[in-house]
Amino acid sequence: MSLEQFKDRNVGTQEYRHIQASTSPKTPMEKFTQVVKRTFSKELFVGLKVVFTQMAKGPKTWHTVKYPQEKLPIGPRYRAIHKLLKLLESGNERCIGCGLCEKICIADCIRMDTRYDENQRKEVTEYSINLGRCIFCGYCAEVCPELAIVHGPRFENASEQRAHFVIKDDMLTPVDALKHQKEFPGFGALSDDADKKVKKTPLAY
Amino acid sequence: MSKEITVTIDGIECKAAEGEYILNIARANNIFIPAICYLTRCSPTLACRLCLVEADGKRVYSCNVKAKDGMEITTNNDEIAQERRAIMEVYDVNHPLQCGVCDKSGECELQNYTLYEQVDSQSYSIRDTLRQSKNWSSVLHYDPGLCIVCERCTTVCKDMIGEAAIKTTKRGGDALPKELKEEMPKDAYAMWNKLQKSIIAPLNGENTDCADCGECISVCPTGAIVSRDFQYKSNAWELEKVPATCSHCSTGCQINYERKHTSIENPDESIYRVTNEFHYVSLCGAGRFGYDFENRDVSKDEEAFDKAVQALQKAETIRFDSYITNEEALILQRIKEKTGARLVNPDAKRYQDFMKNYGSVSGKTLYAGDLKSAFESDFVISVGSFLRNDAPNSRYAFNNIQKLNKGAGLYFHPLKDELVESYGKNVIQFAHKPGLEAAALYLVLELFGKELPADIKAYLDGFKYETTETVTETVKEEIVENVEEIEKDEETGEEKTVIKEKKKLVPKKVEKEVTVTRNRLVEMLGGPDDFDEKLAKMLKKKENFTLFVGEDCIASENAAELAKLAAAVERYCDFNVVVIPSQTNTLGVSLLCELDEEASGYSVGYNVKGDFTLSATGEGDLDMPALNQQEGTFTNINKRVVPTNAGIGYGGYELNDLANALGVGEEQTVCFTEQLPVEKGFKALEFDALPNEYTNSMEENRGYLLALGECEAAELEKIELAQQGMEGNIAYRANPLQQFNQFTRRAHELEAQKALYCSVTYAEKNGLKDGDSVTCTVANEAFTLAVQTDNKIDGDIVYVPDFDETLDADRIFGGKRYSNISIVKG
Repeated sequence: MSLEQFKDRNVGTQEYRHIQASTSPKTPMEKFTQVVKRTFSKELFVGLKVVFTQMAKGPKTWHTVKYPQEKLPIGPRYRAIHKLLKLLESGNERCIGCGLCEKICIADCIRMDTRYDENQRKEVTEYSINLGRCIFCGYCAEVCPELAIVHGPRFENASEQRAHFVIKDDMLTPVDALKHQKEFPGFGALSDDADKKVKKTPLAY
Repeated sequence: MSKEITVTIDGIECKAAEGEYILNIARANNIFIPAICYLTRCSPTLACRLCLVEADGKRVYSCNVKAKDGMEITTNNDEIAQERRAIMEVYDVNHPLQCGVCDKSGECELQNYTLYEQVDSQSYSIRDTLRQSKNWSSVLHYDPGLCIVCERCTTVCKDMIGEAAIKTTKRGGDALPKELKEEMPKDAYAMWNKLQKSIIAPLNGENTDCADCGECISVCPTGAIVSRDFQYKSNAWELEKVPATCSHCSTGCQINYERKHTSIENPDESIYRVTNEFHYVSLCGAGRFGYDFENRDVSKDEEAFDKAVQALQKAETIRFDSYITNEEALILQRIKEKTGARLVNPDAKRYQDFMKNYGSVSGKTLYAGDLKSAFESDFVISVGSFLRNDAPNSRYAFNNIQKLNKGAGLYFHPLKDELVESYGKNVIQFAHKPGLEAAALYLVLELFGKELPADIKAYLDGFKYETTETVTETVKEEIVENVEEIEKDEETGEEKTVIKEKKKLVPKKVEKEVTVTRNRLVEMLGGPDDFDEKLAKMLKKKENFTLFVGEDCIASENAAELAKLAAAVERYCDFNVVVIPSQTNTLGVSLLCELDEEASGYSVGYNVKGDFTLSATGEGDLDMPALNQQEGTFTNINKRVVPTNAGIGYGGYELNDLANALGVGEEQTVCFTEQLPVEKGFKALEFDALPNEYTNSMEENRGYLLALGECEAAELEKIELAQQGMEGNIAYRANPLQQFNQFTRRAHELEAQKALYCSVTYAEKNGLKDGDSVTCTVANEAFTLAVQTDNKIDGDIVYVPDFDETLDADRIFGGKRYSNISIVKG
């Protein structure tokens, strides 16, 4: 396809079709008539009818959610404040400190401190996300090879400060809440047919 | 010089020197040939076999085949591609899939080549062997699971560093299935066969006994050998690389400071590690691990600054050392011109005087050689330098040419270095008495001198004498033996015994009296009896000669004579002489500053104790930036002005601010770079124009070379030789490995302490143990030190370090390197 026609920026020489908009009222009288017509047409009463019917039926049938006392359940693919998960069996942290989330983060809001621990493993001593910068794109969850970082459903994110942080303690599943930790079927999780996609490596055992 | 040849690689015509490896030619011409195990400047190991190419229709390994004129080389074809892919598959067999926590964090050559060969499936497998990770030393951690046995670590340790502290050993893996030999590509099979049998281990026992230079960490293509301190601290990609120059010794190696914020709580930057371009430069332990000596958390203290300005105004003397940049040296010189203060730097003064005397014979203001010519030479002599500790890179050159250039070497030093003789077969060590450096230089003149002045020649001939010696020779003698043989008559089939006479050559030892010419110089220096014979063997096919002159000569009482003798070696012998500057920028300071002999009156010290002290260690009256916080240039051993950058920020005042207050400053310190005096050989180039890199063709593209100046020269005059060296208990002023100055002392990874270092035999003889406290008296000054044995030296000379400013050994020794010492236990 040639791009010539798009490069021609001499407006008016192209074959544009003008769409005729409805004429707007010009005299004060015409304007007044339009307002009156719109105010007293049927639409107003359609709305009022719904309200009055619900009022008559009583609160039991009302669908209003009393936020913030009540919250609607949120879809698993929703990307709100991050959570750090633990292994269900042992309760150990899933995060291995590979730093991929830190690397991929396009808002550059993730930082982590790691060290060589007594068990000769990489230990993540601190982990922080600057929510003031986070754009909740979900790359961190998608790149995580251990499904350690996921997005949770907690979307209330108001703060008095621009630099609003969460640290590891805020995000990590507490020990007593481990039984409530849900496996995450959303962003970053393995697809259902992941097994089929894997090429098997031969083993000599 | 070797002649130029032309080869064609993948249709591209490349010019190269004869005798160059194909791989190096390709690299120099930006043609990519995969290779893991080859290290430039080291011998090829042929472990990975990835560098297969086709040269004139034959399959060869480009890392060990020298190019011939007119060669046609193809770097890839179907067969080679198959081999390479199979090799990478084999490397991936049983390699742990822990890239996420591997310390290499993506800088991995195994990963790169696996992706390059697009290995997305595995066709081979074998049972793994249990391999457990170990700590080899206080800095080295080895994980054999990640090791691909490319042998780069053992190669660099042997060929470059000269320690040979690690070796390949048996892995105990399963034998490969026999049928694979037929099925697999040939080279991949051979590579795997070798891989399956070997693993890396320290030479003796569980731990490495070496200089801990960490070059093995640097060359490791995977995360098998890592630094214990750095392990799991940071991913490589987070670190910002700052190209700089190592500030600890005069070699001025190119390094990268790698920095990142300190932690989540502390956003201030810290240096996490130092890396180097290991194909072009090898670091020592101080360079690699001595990086965090910065003057931290400094803010502008105006009160102290005002005091410093006043102090400088009234100072009669400014004391300083040579751990400063050229720019700072120039600022000090400008301050001198303004206030008339004396500049006192004993180290640079000694060097300045030495080079002045040197020039009076050589006719040049600077020595002719450099490390590059040293690495290219094939005969090297070192006089008066404790190479292993004083100048690690010069020692790498000493070792490297033994291994790569089939070189030979003579090492003159009173401290017997146990490693020197392991560098090669053709190395002779002279553990002479201190004070006989002149004899060593005379010997060099005698052996290599051409067109020597007549009186010198006569003087040198006076050392020769003839003597008769009884030599045992092996002579082949012909003897006649009667041998019984059974012969078969072919016709009758009868067997009968026949006695036959047979002539036979039998080796026989014969004692013989011969007249030989011996040299008393060799005997004075404690050389071997058969020195002449050995030397004759060593000199075969030698073309390029290098002489290292160390600090012993510069700091000697006879420095003037030694300088002239060293210059005579340059003048009359075909030698590249390198006078190793003792501190980082000794050469620069000696060129830039007019130095005074004696201090007097009120003094300001810069990194040296004075009445008012400016200090980059944070312990003076006004803080100054350390050398990893400064931009500037050094003049290094290669007579090259090399730029360094600030690895880390600094918040206080610097010398330029003081100069500004005195009216001689510039906007920035680096504005002085283009003002460096052209008449001394510097160039009027601005700092930002100075490159700091190596090119693919191994060219050192760093800063610029000093222009050599000429000066008046005269023939060498005869210098009477001191026949006697020093006697008695002798202490040597030298630093332990990895320590050079008060800054290396502050680096947290460098652990060597201020101590009395002695050989193991000395400790045994005197009933001393590591950690024993002894009172030492040198020149009527007593100080207490702990004893520390150094198993790499031998002999009765102990050494006392001067890197720790709490022990001013330089002053106690009166600027000399040797002094008599009395050591009392307790």
